[in-house]
Amino acid sequence: MNATTYAWLVLSIPLAGAAGIALAWRWLPGRTAGWIGSAAIGLAFLNSIGALVMLQDRPAEERHLRSALWDYANTSGIEVQLDIFVDPLAVFMCLVVTGVSFLIHVYSAAYMAGDRGYARYFSYLNFFVFSMLLLVLAGNFILLIVGWAFVGFASYALISFWYRRRTATYAGMKAFVINVVGDVGLVLAAILLQRDTGRLDYPGVFETAPRVFETNEWVIVAVCLLLLLGAFAKSAQIPLHTWLADAMEGPTPVSALIHAATMVTAGVYLIARMHPLFELAPTAADISAAIGALTLVFAASVALVVTDLKRIIAYSTISQIGYMVMGVSIAAYGAGMFHLMTHAFFKALMFMAAGSVIAAMAGSQDIDRMSGLRRAMPFTFAAFLVAALALAAFPGLSGYFSKDEVLAFAAERGGAYWLLYVAGTLAALMTAFYAFRIVFRVFGGEPNAEARELEGGHLHHAEPANPVTGEPEDTDVGYPGPAHHIAEREFPMKAAMGLLAVLSVVAGALQIPGVTHVVEGFLDTTFEDSRFIDTEVSGGLEALALIVGAATGLAGIALAWLLYVRNPGATTRLARRLPRLHGFLAHKWYFDELYDRTIVRPTAALGRFSADVFERVVVGGLVSGTTFAVRAGNSIVRVAQTGLLRNYALLLVTGVTALALYFLVVSR
Amino acid sequence: MEAVVFWFAAALAVAGALGIVLQRNPFYSVLALVVHLIALAVLFLLLRAEFLAAAQVIVYAGAVMVLYVFVVAYVGGLEDPLTEPSPALRALAVVFCVALLAELSVAIAGSGLKALDTHGPELEAGFGSPAQIGELFLTRFLIAFELVSLLLLIAAVAAVVLARREPETSSRPQPDRGLARERQVF
Amino acid sequence: MDIVWYLVLSALIFSIGAVGVLTRRSPLVVLICLELMLNAGNLALVAFARMTGTADGQIFALIVMIVAAAEVVVGLGLIVAMYRNRVPMDVDELSELRG
Repeated sequence: MNATTYAWLVLSIPLAGAAGIALAWRWLPGRTAGWIGSAAIGLAFLNSIGALVMLQDRPAEERHLRSALWDYANTSGIEVQLDIFVDPLAVFMCLVVTGVSFLIHVYSAAYMAGDRGYARYFSYLNFFVFSMLLLVLAGNFILLIVGWAFVGFASYALISFWYRRRTATYAGMKAFVINVVGDVGLVLAAILLQRDTGRLDYPGVFETAPRVFETNEWVIVAVCLLLLLGAFAKSAQIPLHTWLADAMEGPTPVSALIHAATMVTAGVYLIARMHPLFELAPTAADISAAIGALTLVFAASVALVVTDLKRIIAYSTISQIGYMVMGVSIAAYGAGMFHLMTHAFFKALMFMAAGSVIAAMAGSQDIDRMSGLRRAMPFTFAAFLVAALALAAFPGLSGYFSKDEVLAFAAERGGAYWLLYVAGTLAALMTAFYAFRIVFRVFGGEPNAEARELEGGHLHHAEPANPVTGEPEDTDVGYPGPAHHIAEREFPMKAAMGLLAVLSVVAGALQIPGVTHVVEGFLDTTFEDSRFIDTEVSGGLEALALIVGAATGLAGIALAWLLYVRNPGATTRLARRLPRLHGFLAHKWYFDELYDRTIVRPTAALGRFSADVFERVVVGGLVSGTTFAVRAGNSIVRVAQTGLLRNYALLLVTGVTALALYFLVVSR
Repeated sequence: MEAVVFWFAAALAVAGALGIVLQRNPFYSVLALVVHLIALAVLFLLLRAEFLAAAQVIVYAGAVMVLYVFVVAYVGGLEDPLTEPSPALRALAVVFCVALLAELSVAIAGSGLKALDTHGPELEAGFGSPAQIGELFLTRFLIAFELVSLLLLIAAVAAVVLARREPETSSRPQPDRGLARERQVF
Repeated sequence: MDIVWYLVLSALIFSIGAVGVLTRRSPLVVLICLELMLNAGNLALVAFARMTGTADGQIFALIVMIVAAAEVVVGLGLIVAMYRNRVPMDVDELSELRG
């Protein structure tokens, strides 16, 4: 079995899982659907490993494999096949996606038990994994767009999973609409590329592009900007980031999978995959890096003040993806992808732990109500602590090495890229701070009521309600189930979280600067045509990055300790003294309000105008005018239908006479 | 000689036609039609259509007119009232028919058919004879022949059906009312 | 006689028949006038047959005659039925075919 066969299996098994669960859900008792889903992804992961092994067996030059199923379209200059492109980048993404997905499936099998939509959840989740794999393995732009759209749909389906919650459905729609904007960008980019290069498959496009385009020619810059539109919509970068915070309406494992580890990294993958095009259009790459840096700082600043646990982690995700986007935009491909991997580990872990905490709080997500949960939930505390340390880039953990590699590369590029370095460092400080803000708030301090209940062995129960608006709900289908599962009591959750914790700690060893280069070396063959492939970060800059990174991480943790443990209440006093700044941050820099003013309201007004004026007057008038005209004509013609035989005969004779006259005249 | 016969027969035909249209009593109209048909038979003879002339007299004047006479006798001759509800209709009718006549005349007179101004070609002896008609019917116009016989069959059946008197209700068995009520009707 | 005269005569008889169809009120008389028009057509056909020297026109006329006979049968049957069912024998009264 060669690598491409494994790749096809990787693609088809999750699809089969999704279809199977969808068709057989009625006959799957208890948690069976969960195990089937997990098994499907587990098999996919094993097949990914098979693909990896078979790929590595080949010599380095032969690691770009294409495999086509059949001709999809072959007309008027467009030749598209249903093909996949298997190379180290694709296999890397497959491994990360299937690996993390598998663990999240196992976690969900326990976490979502009791929900009336259990089987539907796993069907959607499997379908999502299939779509993500399709996106990653696609060998041409058409399949990429297909996978892109499928992923968007799966995200929508899972965000509005508890569909009777109004906030959830709104959030799903918001996510989908913003994603569609990205889709448009992607499609337009594909059209432009096809027009100028005549090809739609990756090898063809990447070969012909340098011949057809000049560096920084406006067409290729436009193409890259359109690709960025798609990437930013998926990866929640400014200005298309507003959907990710609201996407936290979905179940926590969904947030872990889609909005931390996989879907939001699709944009990063896109930029990495399209690196030949981006290197032809350095302007676009620089714009991308700049936006990545801006998002980095913006999201970190918002995470400082928001009080919903999942939303803090969401903004953290946005911020960290800013790192990745920045990384692949400045051609630090290996570093960027490495950070993608480590981020997937510790962010998924963080979300899982958060899920456990929320379950202990009987559904509430407000960190102002949480405190002192460390004794009641020791395992969750340990897991969250590991994740927070990795996020804060504590020296030695995976996040430390990956983040600082990106920043070191920025420093190496020099010149204006030092700005990126500064922004990254500033954000690192804020990141460490808010990561431990959560740790100290939620787990530190005196145990609150729920914690005390849990210490007594009893899980707190509350009336089901919407965590954001407080509206009461029930626990039937369309709402979360009545059972709350915490890690301490569910072995699957513990197993998944434990494994991720271990990975968050040791994965750094894969790419210790100057020592190991596993990830970079593996991905080298994909990026060998890059101009920067041989850019080595000098030892001095590397050391600088590591030291500064360690310093900022520890400083951030220390600052958090100061403000939350030594002087509790200090932050509230700070907020009261700087109300405007606090408001600006708490309202997420007023992006939502801006969009509401400039886009939502004018569109709604246009809709109203169309309905009142255009629809009623023009279209309605046209339609009723037509019927009126027809009726009028009718009444005129009806006069001839008198019922009298002689009238009809007269009309006949008249008609014949007229015809004869006509023919007489014509034949003259 | 031929011209004399023609004009005489033509005058008779027109007179018959006018008689049909202008007579009030339908019975008189039928009689006028008979005259007209005989005149037409003469014209047919002039045009060397012997069989047709014979058929005209026997079938048309003989059989069809007899039918008409029977029906008129049965139905009774009603007089058309003198005042029409819409005299305009009458005027219009005359106008348009005159127009039609004019057009047809113009068409005939102005047509480019040279042969119209002649007698027609010299004909062999058997033209228009029953033998020729029969041969044509059974060779070139066989399908028409068959179809027409079918048509006559249909007409005969139609005549029987139309003339049938509805039988009295006592001779037909009554539908069973009880059974109709029990059955489910969708 | 030139064929033209036969045709003019046919046209005349046709028009007279048309006037009759349009102006008479008794359906019976209308049918008779219809016969008139058919006969006019027959005359024209036979004239053309003479003109061309082929007997096709006569065949056509014969068939017209047959069809007229069939039509008369049905028409008179209708009139008899009308009379039996006490439908007024007035073309203006028979006006259900209205729009």
